[in-house]
Amino acid sequence: MSPKATKTQASVSRDKGEPAATALLEMYYYLCLARAVDERMWALQRSGKAAFVISGQGHEGAQVGAVYALDRALDWLVPFYRSIAAVLMKGMPPAEIFLIQLGKDTDPSSGGRQMPGHYGHARHKILSTSSPVATQCLHAAGIAYAAKVRGTGEVCLTAMGEGATSEGDFHEALNFAGVHRLPVIFVVENNGFAISVPQKKQMAVDNVSARAAGYGMPGVTVDGSHVLEVYAAARQAVARARGGEGPTLLEVKVPRLTAHSSDDRQERYRTAEDLAHARAQDPVHVFAAELRERGVLTPEGEQEIRARIQREVDLGTEIAEAAPLPDPATALRYVYFEPDAER
Amino acid sequence: MADKRFLDAIHDALHEEMARDPSTVILGEDVGRKGGVFGVTDGLYEAFGEARVIDTPLAESCIVGVAIGMSVNGLRPIAEIQFADFIHPAFDQILSEAARMRYRSRNGFECPMVIRTPYGGGVHGALYHSQSIEAFYAHIPGLKVVVPSTPADAKGLLKSAVRDHDPVLYLEHKKMYRSVRGDVSDGDFTVPIGPAAVRRPGRDLSIFAYGLMLHESLGAAELLAREGIEAEVVDVRTLRPLDTKTILESVARTSRALIVHEDNRFGGFGAEIAATIAEEGFRSLDAPPTRLGGPEVPAVPFSAPIEEWFMITADKIAAAARTLVAY
Repeated sequence: MSPKATKTQASVSRDKGEPAATALLEMYYYLCLARAVDERMWALQRSGKAAFVISGQGHEGAQVGAVYALDRALDWLVPFYRSIAAVLMKGMPPAEIFLIQLGKDTDPSSGGRQMPGHYGHARHKILSTSSPVATQCLHAAGIAYAAKVRGTGEVCLTAMGEGATSEGDFHEALNFAGVHRLPVIFVVENNGFAISVPQKKQMAVDNVSARAAGYGMPGVTVDGSHVLEVYAAARQAVARARGGEGPTLLEVKVPRLTAHSSDDRQERYRTAEDLAHARAQDPVHVFAAELRERGVLTPEGEQEIRARIQREVDLGTEIAEAAPLPDPATALRYVYFEPDAER
Repeated sequence: MADKRFLDAIHDALHEEMARDPSTVILGEDVGRKGGVFGVTDGLYEAFGEARVIDTPLAESCIVGVAIGMSVNGLRPIAEIQFADFIHPAFDQILSEAARMRYRSRNGFECPMVIRTPYGGGVHGALYHSQSIEAFYAHIPGLKVVVPSTPADAKGLLKSAVRDHDPVLYLEHKKMYRSVRGDVSDGDFTVPIGPAAVRRPGRDLSIFAYGLMLHESLGAAELLAREGIEAEVVDVRTLRPLDTKTILESVARTSRALIVHEDNRFGGFGAEIAATIAEEGFRSLDAPPTRLGGPEVPAVPFSAPIEEWFMITADKIAAAARTLVAY
């Protein structure tokens, strides 16, 4: 009855786990697309068209590497507010991100009901998200439990920041997932800051992954500036999950390149050296250099990708700006089930 | 038709729904081999196996949060919180997640799930095994709140809750598990979530109650009848959505309203019924809508005399009714 796991992206050589050139370029495309979409989100906010931005800049390498290891049609994503690259890869085009950003009626995540950054999309198996952090970890465990007992072959990947790991729901979710050996991957995109609070005030350990031992699952820490390092670790985690061996805690160290949000000024609590260091870790630049060195990314190829992204982002912005705002007459709807409504 | 205890009616509903729909699962603390601390899930582990009757870690937010995830991926979870007093760690999952999932995704996702939990005092449970919690949860749009008071309703309403498309909080007064009996039809039937029921007709005042207080109110009506006061007793049954039509029709007949609940009065659920009557039934009234609720202390105290002092009884209800009728 249920769809079985299909194989991961065809362009990935399954022998060595080393992506082929086309796969590398697809990863690079998503890295750059997410960055361009993110920059446009800020431009919309700075020009007074959007009320709020919560950014994923610096996190793209972690998300592209992790989500590339999924079967993007079959598997679930339970995202968080920085998951822009992840939701793009799961099938949401730039226009949808901008519809969300502008609170438009056709925003596929909430129809303009939620603040920007609260991604969700039923058709793409991206669960709707809220603002309290770490609540989604339990939802991911529940989705994975259902996948296991229904035999769907699905894997569930959920993402969060390192601040979320201080919440009780994080602990409760990893504990439940460990007990039941669920097909779920907890990805912690550790950028070193929960808004302004540095990691050393958030936890007494250097790596979140150290906590995995307490839940009977492997904990891995990788460098989010290196997409392929993330991909290799995520691929193992997906294989474990799909093979019935259980969950993985995957910590990805990432730079946070922007303030927490458009309502934050990170210069108040980050030094110039720290910010310069973060910029040097930019996964877009690191991956581009790596691809050039491998001879995969040529100047012409790069130009082509950039031009394509420019077109897509411009078109997406145009579509979103032209879209209608929600009608207050509809704001009472969908508090409860409506028999005649389309879902 | 069979004479059943309140507890058995709930058990039967669970058993029949688990047998009817293979997507249903039960999860909670001690619900498996032990069959629950009150025995409500007795035998279900043996009947349906450990994958569908899940002994969870001792973590209430986990129970509800995991149930939400299950519900969006094709299962129909029936979560048990061992005592309503312990549900508070799950408040965020209920309020921010389950109840908002449909609204916040504009119908993209839904959480068809039930959260069952025993509430209420009178069993020497003291501050942390006696609480009434309905007011916190009835306030939440997106959530339904059901409080059955008869075995037949317990079965029929639970079946409706399991089949509902939205999250339902199903409150079971623990003192009723083994003390309340009643006729329950054999086989499959449902009682719709929403409508209240007039349990005893009367002309002099209306008493609105739910759960254990419905039984105390019926007892009060017996006492009052001996004095020539005819009380109409309305079983509210569903707190959200609230059947304001039945409530207002009853007040139109009797012109007096007494609302009874075990929870303390301040900000309690009775205020919602009283305000509805005042706003929409004002012209029917011969006296102010009146609430009888638990005392303004944090919760039910333990020792017998102070527990009895807290609990609302037929005598206390009858006394309040006499005052109201004499107004």
